[in-house]
Amino acid sequence: MRPLVLTSRTLQMVMLALWLTLGAGVTGSLSHRAEAAIDAFEFESDEQERRFRQMSNDFRCPMCQNTNLTGSGGGVAEDLRREIYLMIMDGKTDYEIEQFMLERYGDFIFYRPRLMTETLLLWFGPLAFLLLGGWIIAGIIRRARPQVQEKVVLNEEEQERLRTLLDGVKRE
Amino acid sequence: MSRLKLFIPVFVFLALAVLLWRGLYLDPRTLPSVLIDKPLPDFELRTVENASLITKADLPDEPFLLNVWGSYCLPCLQENPILMAAKEAGVLPIVGVNYKDKLNLARLWMDDNGSPFDFSVVDEDGRLGINLGVYGAPETFVVDGNGVIRYKHIGVIDYKAWEQEILPAIAAVKAEATL
Repeated sequence: MRPLVLTSRTLQMVMLALWLTLGAGVTGSLSHRAEAAIDAFEFESDEQERRFRQMSNDFRCPMCQNTNLTGSGGGVAEDLRREIYLMIMDGKTDYEIEQFMLERYGDFIFYRPRLMTETLLLWFGPLAFLLLGGWIIAGIIRRARPQVQEKVVLNEEEQERLRTLLDGVKRE
Repeated sequence: MSRLKLFIPVFVFLALAVLLWRGLYLDPRTLPSVLIDKPLPDFELRTVENASLITKADLPDEPFLLNVWGSYCLPCLQENPILMAAKEAGVLPIVGVNYKDKLNLARLWMDDNGSPFDFSVVDEDGRLGINLGVYGAPETFVVDGNGVIRYKHIGVIDYKAWEQEILPAIAAVKAEATL
């Protein structure tokens, strides 16, 4: 086996790879920090902050519609983030905060629709369509496959006829 | 039968086309309000006009309009003449919620454009707005004499909305009140 020689070129490539990975991480966390800094809330524990982040990500901004509360600069999103913060600091559970939102803004507020009768199609529709598609394709394949002939067993009489036929062919 | 089967994709396509075509005309901005037939939330806020303290108990005990507005809100300016006309005709009391606004700007706006409101409460931090499920001005609620929300209109009130939605909603609530 050839020993690994660290030429300047390989070194360069390794450094580049390192920078790309670390660099991406650094900029990623920086932008995250910038996002959270808009409100500048003080938390007593990491767990509270984690819950705040989680919920701001999971609730939809009622005004901007296709953004969550974290990503929205809308006035109402700002207010709702403040309410979530206050409720967390007040010791409210996630469930209580969800109920607070639900009572005011309805199911729309959940970015991730809850599982209920009205959303069954939404949740399982794609799966149903996948299964339906699979079933149809299976049917098409089954039909397209050449029909396998069953083994034909001839009785004595038929065997005799076959022999005379073949003999006739040979004679010609 | 097998002939008919050949047309299944066409039928599926037509069904989807109709469904999606209809979907184009749905307005995703008008969310169904979950607060219909619920009582108004409690609050204690000052008025824009003279800073007197108002609570839920001070609201009219007859059907009234609750209009969420702000001086920054162009559609609010747009619907102001309709509300002014309703006030002059004495259709019903109109209470304003000055939503996330600056008090001096709100007062200026009223001086410039006229106020259709019996009074307007100052909801500077938007908390009453949140409790009303508001997501931006203008929004208008028809409230009955018992303080229960009976109808909600989201966005600007134009003549069509006034004639075809708000007035019938008011009439229905009033008819009920006289029973």
